[in-house]
Amino acid sequence: MSDSPRPPLPSGLVAFVKRDCPTCELVVPVLERLAGDAALTIYCQDDPSFPEGAGAVDDTTLERSWHHGIETVPTLLAVDEGIERARTEGWDREEWERLSGLSELGAELPAFRPGCGSLSVDPEHALDLAVRFGADTMKSRRVAFAAQEDEVEAAFERGWTDGLPVVPPTERRVLAMLQGTRRKPDEVVAVVPPDLVECTVEKVAINAVMAGCRPEYLPVVLAAVEAACTEQFNMHGLLATTMPAGPVIIVNGPIRRAIGMNSGRNVFGQGNRANSTIGRALQLVVRNVGGGRPGEVDRATFGNPGKVSFCFAEDEEGSPWGPLSADLGAEPGVSTVTLFPGEGPRIIVDQLSREPESLARSYAANLRTLIHPKLVLAFDCVLAIGPEHARVFREAGWSKAQITDRLHELLLIPKEELVQGAGGITEGIPPEVPAPALPKFRPGGILLVYCGGDAGLFSTMIGGWVTGDTGSQTTLREIRP
Amino acid sequence: MSVSKQATAGPYVVLDPTGERSLPIRERLARPSTLEGLDLALLDISKARGDVFMDRLETLFAERGARVKRFSKPTFTKPAPPDVRRQIAEECAAVVEALAD
Repeated sequence: MSDSPRPPLPSGLVAFVKRDCPTCELVVPVLERLAGDAALTIYCQDDPSFPEGAGAVDDTTLERSWHHGIETVPTLLAVDEGIERARTEGWDREEWERLSGLSELGAELPAFRPGCGSLSVDPEHALDLAVRFGADTMKSRRVAFAAQEDEVEAAFERGWTDGLPVVPPTERRVLAMLQGTRRKPDEVVAVVPPDLVECTVEKVAINAVMAGCRPEYLPVVLAAVEAACTEQFNMHGLLATTMPAGPVIIVNGPIRRAIGMNSGRNVFGQGNRANSTIGRALQLVVRNVGGGRPGEVDRATFGNPGKVSFCFAEDEEGSPWGPLSADLGAEPGVSTVTLFPGEGPRIIVDQLSREPESLARSYAANLRTLIHPKLVLAFDCVLAIGPEHARVFREAGWSKAQITDRLHELLLIPKEELVQGAGGITEGIPPEVPAPALPKFRPGGILLVYCGGDAGLFSTMIGGWVTGDTGSQTTLREIRP
Repeated sequence: MSVSKQATAGPYVVLDPTGERSLPIRERLARPSTLEGLDLALLDISKARGDVFMDRLETLFAERGARVKRFSKPTFTKPAPPDVRRQIAEECAAVVEALAD
């Protein structure tokens, strides 16, 4: 937790060694020759009396090893006025001769011998060293809790939580989280509404820690933050609306299985860490970095429980069709997040249909009720087809396009059923609308996803929010490591 | 609680998860002591009937000596464009953003 500037290395040759390394033992005669014929400084990681009589510099704190990225011992460096010019790892006669400018080095030794792992990258120490020497690479303000404060309660009191406890984002935890991505901590990921604050990888990592993510989830969270903060997705409007929708994250591609996401039983429910925490991390970024809090800019009349976290994976392996990401233009094998502005999921039960036409009609009857049975065109939807329903379509050979085409046909609703006053209901479309019939959804406004448990003749629909330029449009983003 | 850019002594140090805009407490500008001669922005967020409310406000502010300038957002679902915000900040001493809903 100290601020540790990178200590310079002396000019000349520099060797990093440890006693507990047979290759280091092997090269002792070479080191002795280099000490005599060239300017050599030896840093020893575990015992400064090694090599005997060589006057090795004590690096048992591993400070120099860590700062100079030593991964193997022995490592030989050529340094000129503090700048590293060349480096070689292990014993490699040609390389050592090249760096030293001497010939016939270690003539009695084999030409090549690999080295051992540097103590500075030993998994047992790596994180402690990163905290000790690298914490100052993280630029966020440090907040010290008082001695009497409970760290979990303190986060509530500062307004940093969504109503559930958060994992306190210590330097150690945030550094560990940052190991989950190759992106630099200070890279700006997005400008987060409503406060329009530039959000770095580090800030996302802090909130991912708080949400309970593991480091390997971080790339998914970063992609979700990027997608949410696009003009296209319009997180500001989605946050500010009185409607109950929030960002729904649908994950496709190899990363689903790599991080153990749930796409099967209870797919929209509790119990899977990745599903539960990735969506939560996005919401915490919006809350903490963007300043988007319920009752302030978030004006939702009801909200929905998915605004804590709503994230799931598609069951691509079980699906009779291609993945949602491909429908939206992603290449096969690419991991993606799709953000959909969605309300809570609602079940469609149909335990009797064994023909696709009958099942499509069941879907249409249910989908019509989204938002209001007499309101059309303003909203998209996600239709999550469960395995037992999908089997009906698969056995009849229906493609995704056939399903959505049929749904659009079935959901072309006569104007007289929709107009204000029809059915004794004042709500509805204005009478001056000239069309004889109106579609419930715009073309492309029904998104199909395959997921859910293997028992139950059910599917689920997720209603959307206003689509188009003034609303929120489904947004795909590639997940980058 | 103490806050600094550096890690401080203390039993438990965490990294600030926020946009760091609110600590230390953000100072508000002092309220204008008078409306007389003040350049005042009225920002219509473009929700239905917001203009009715704005028209009435304009009348009332003008009666009190303020020079009212009208602005509007293209859509209430998105933040005001940067140019609109900049123009308000440059030209006006105060802004009233009104919501009709």
